[in-house]
Amino acid sequence: MANLTINGKTFTLDVEPDTPLLWAIRENAGLTGTKYGCGIAQCGACTVHIEGVATRSCGVSVSEAEGKKITTIEGLASGDTLHKVQEAWIAQDVPQCGYCQSGMIMAVAALLNENPKPTDADIDEAITNICRCGTFQQVREAIHTIASA
Amino acid sequence: MNKHVSPRLNRRAFVIGTAAVGAGLAIGLDIPFGGPAVVRAADGSPEIGAWVVVRPDDTVVIRIARSEMGQGSLTGLAQLVAEELECDWTKVTTEYPTPGTSVARKRVWGDFSTGGSRGIRSSQDYVRKGGATARVMLIQAAADGWKVPASECTAENSVITHKPSGRTTTYGKVAEAAAKLTPPAEVKLKDPKDWKLIGKGVKRLDTLDKTTGAMIYGADVKLPGMLNAAIKDCPVFGGKLKSFDEAKIAGMKGVKKVVKVGDTAVAVVADTWWHAKTALDALPIVWDEGENAKVSSESIAKWLTEGLDDAQPAYVGNKNGDAKAAIASAAKKVEAVYSYPYQNHATMEPMNATALYTADKCEVWCGTQNGEAAFAAVLEASGLPAEKCDVHKVMLGGGFGRRGQTDYVRQAVMIAKQMPGTPVKLLWSREEDMAHGRYHPITQCKMTGAFDANNNLVALHYRLSGQSILFSLRPEALQNGMDPAAFQGVAQSGEAAFGYSVPNLLIEHAMRNPHVPPGFWRGVNVNHNAIYMECFMDELAQAAGQDPLEFRRKLMGNHPKHLAVLNAVAEKIGWDKPAPQGVYRGIAQVMGYGSYVAGAAEISVTEGSKIKVHRIVASTDPGYVVNPAQVERQIAGSFVYGLSALFYGGCTVKDGKIEQTNFDTYNSMRISEMPKVESVMVPSGGFWGGVGEPTIGVAAPAVLNAYFAATGKRIRSVPLRDQNITFA
Repeated sequence: MANLTINGKTFTLDVEPDTPLLWAIRENAGLTGTKYGCGIAQCGACTVHIEGVATRSCGVSVSEAEGKKITTIEGLASGDTLHKVQEAWIAQDVPQCGYCQSGMIMAVAALLNENPKPTDADIDEAITNICRCGTFQQVREAIHTIASA
Repeated sequence: MNKHVSPRLNRRAFVIGTAAVGAGLAIGLDIPFGGPAVVRAADGSPEIGAWVVVRPDDTVVIRIARSEMGQGSLTGLAQLVAEELECDWTKVTTEYPTPGTSVARKRVWGDFSTGGSRGIRSSQDYVRKGGATARVMLIQAAADGWKVPASECTAENSVITHKPSGRTTTYGKVAEAAAKLTPPAEVKLKDPKDWKLIGKGVKRLDTLDKTTGAMIYGADVKLPGMLNAAIKDCPVFGGKLKSFDEAKIAGMKGVKKVVKVGDTAVAVVADTWWHAKTALDALPIVWDEGENAKVSSESIAKWLTEGLDDAQPAYVGNKNGDAKAAIASAAKKVEAVYSYPYQNHATMEPMNATALYTADKCEVWCGTQNGEAAFAAVLEASGLPAEKCDVHKVMLGGGFGRRGQTDYVRQAVMIAKQMPGTPVKLLWSREEDMAHGRYHPITQCKMTGAFDANNNLVALHYRLSGQSILFSLRPEALQNGMDPAAFQGVAQSGEAAFGYSVPNLLIEHAMRNPHVPPGFWRGVNVNHNAIYMECFMDELAQAAGQDPLEFRRKLMGNHPKHLAVLNAVAEKIGWDKPAPQGVYRGIAQVMGYGSYVAGAAEISVTEGSKIKVHRIVASTDPGYVVNPAQVERQIAGSFVYGLSALFYGGCTVKDGKIEQTNFDTYNSMRISEMPKVESVMVPSGGFWGGVGEPTIGVAAPAVLNAYFAATGKRIRSVPLRDQNITFA
C-alpha cells in the first residue's frame, strides 16, 4: 500500500514500493493521460511534475514519490480553466498524434514556471522529449507565443 | 484564460469514449410506410446518406472511415464533406463507423485502409459526393415542406433559404424529413474555384483532448474486469517457442495466467500490465531459434552486395535505350554504391490491442491504420463469423505504416480466446516493439552514369539489390515475380515517376529477401530510391563540373511538374545567391504518392563531423491542398522522421535478432536538432496527391548533398551514427 498525492488528491493504492510511478499513476490511480513510451526515461512521454519539477515518472519508484506533490496532465488545468500551455497548444494546433504531448506539455509548463521568457537555447536545453510526428516547430512557436504574451 | 469548453471537441471525445467502452456506433433502422429505410445513429439522429448524421440542434456528425494517426486527415476528410454539404463548420463533429457495421452494410464507407498517403486522395471523390448528396436531400426536404421547387432554394452554413419568399429553416429541422427521401442518383460536385472550406488551414478537430490527457489511445482502453497482458515473441524471426517454466513465476503478485500465443510467443496475463511485464521478465523461456539465428547484418550485406553483380538475375523496372552499351563506349563514367538499413517505425505508443472473446462474440479495441484488415484478423483469430465480430478504432499514438499490420490484433485475440468472458489488453513493451517491427526494407544500390565528350549524361544504370515489401506482405501484387513498388520514385510512369530524361536508362532490382520482416515505413521505397538517385545526381553534377541544380534542370525538360517544385525550392532558398558564411546547401527532388516534392537544406559542419541543419525549404505540388496548415505539419514532420532515420536510425541484426532495444540505442531527433522548415505549396490542380509521405524522400539527400558541399566527402550509407557524424 502506498499513499500518493496526485493532483491535490490522496490516493491509497495497492502497489509495491518499487513500482515505477508511471504505472501507479496509469493503472492504480487510473490516470491514463501520462503515457508509456520507453520505460527508461529516454522519451519523456511520462513526464509529470514532482514538487513542480518535470520528472520522467517511469524512472521514479512509488516509494520515492510518496509524500510529494505530484501533478499529471489531468491536474494541470484549474478546474475548467486550461493552463496557458494547453491554451497555446490549442491556438497553435501543436499536437499531431498527440501521444507524446502530455509529457511535452508538462515539460514546457515546468520550464516556463522556472523561466518565463526562455530563449531558443533554453528551450533546446530543457525540452528533450521525443516526438516521432515531428511537432517541434509548433512546440517552439507555442512556447515563444506564451513567453511574449 | 479561456474556459476549455468546446462542445464540438467534447462531443468528439464522447464518441471516442463510448467506442472505448463498447457502445460503438449502434445503428437502428426505421422502416416508414412508403419510403426508404431511415438509418439512425446511436443517439437516434437520422443519417442523411451514410456519411452524414444531422442532429436536431444542427450538429453535423461526419463519418470518417480512414484512421487519424496524427496526419490530420480526419479533419481534412471532414472539410471535404462539409464543403459540399454547406454546413456550419463550427458544429461539425466526427465519428468512426466500425468495420463490422460497414461490412454488414455492404461496405457503404468503402476502404478503411490509411496508408500510402491515400487517406484523402483515394476517397475525396466519394466523400464529397456524400456531402453533396446530403445537401440535396436536406434542401429537397425543406422545399417539400414549403411546397416550392427545390431549385428556388439554396443552402449555406446549415441554413436553407427559399429565395423568392425569404423563408429559412435549418438542417436540424428538416433532417427527419430528409432522411426519408430517396437519395439523388447523381450529384454535381463544386468547381474547385468555388471551394470555401477546402484549401483553408482550419484547426484540427481533435486537439483539445490531446492537450488535457483525455484522448483515449489503444493503451488507455479500460473495460470492466479487464486484465493486462505482456508478451514475448521469439526474438529470431521465424523461430518458435519451445518451452517456458510457469512454476517459476507462479506466486508472483497479480499473475492470473501464462498462455502460449500461437507457435512463437508467450504472454503473461495479470491484474496490471506492470505485474504482467515483471512476471514475464522473470519467466524462463526456451526458444527454438532455428536456422535464422545464423543471420547477421554482415551476412545480409554480403548477400545484397552479390546482387549488385550484373551476372545475377534482376527485374527491369524502367528502361530506355541501351544503358550498358552506352556506358561501355562512354567518354567518362562515374560509379558509386550506396546502402540503406532496416528502420523501425518506433511509434511513440507501442503496439497494443484489447480483446473480449465470448462463445458468440469477439470484439477488439485498438489503434489501427486499417480497420477492415484488423476486422479480418479478428475473424481469423477468433474463428467467429463476421456478424459476431467487430473492431472499435481508437486514436493511434503514431502509425507511420506500422499499424497497417495486424500481428498485434491477432495476438490479442489469441490471448483473449484462452480467457473467455474476460477482456484482456495486450501491450507490447518498447523492447518488444523494437524486436518485432515490420522494418523499412534493407537495400544496396550500384549506380553508373556515363557522359559523352561534352559532359552530357548519356546513360544511367541503377541497380538495386535487396528486399521487397510486397514479396512478404502482398505476394499477390507481384508481377511475374517483380515488385513494381520497388521502383517507387524511379518508375517509368504513374504516381512515383522518375523525373529525369536520360537517353539510355536501365533501372533494375535484384530481389533478395532476408528473414527480417519488411513493412511499409513512412515513405516506403521512395526513401532509399530518393537518397540513392538524388545523391548520385549530385555526384554526376560534380563529375560534369556543373551546379547540382543546373545539372538536374537540363534533364527535367520533359518533367515540368517535377521541375516546378525544384525551381520553387531553389528560388525560396536563394540558390542563385551565396549562402551565409560557413553555410552550405544541398538540393533534392522526387515524386511519390502522386505528389511532386523538392527540398533544400542549409547546413554547417564543424570538426568535419558535427552537422547543424539551419534551414530547410520544402515544396510540394499535391494537385489540391485541402488543409495547408496540416500539409505544412506533414512536411516538417517528414523532415523529423527522415532525418532521425538518417542520423540515428538503422536496425542491425545479430544472431538473427534485431540488436536495438529502445530509444537509447535507436534514438530520435529532439527539438534542439530541429531545423527551421519553410514550406512552399505549389498546388497546380487537376489531380490529388498524398502529402504524408513524399517529402520524407528529399529530407536525407538534401542534407547529404549539403554535407558534400561543406566537406567534399560523400556519405553513401545510413545511419550517420555509425560514421561518427552527429548533430552539432
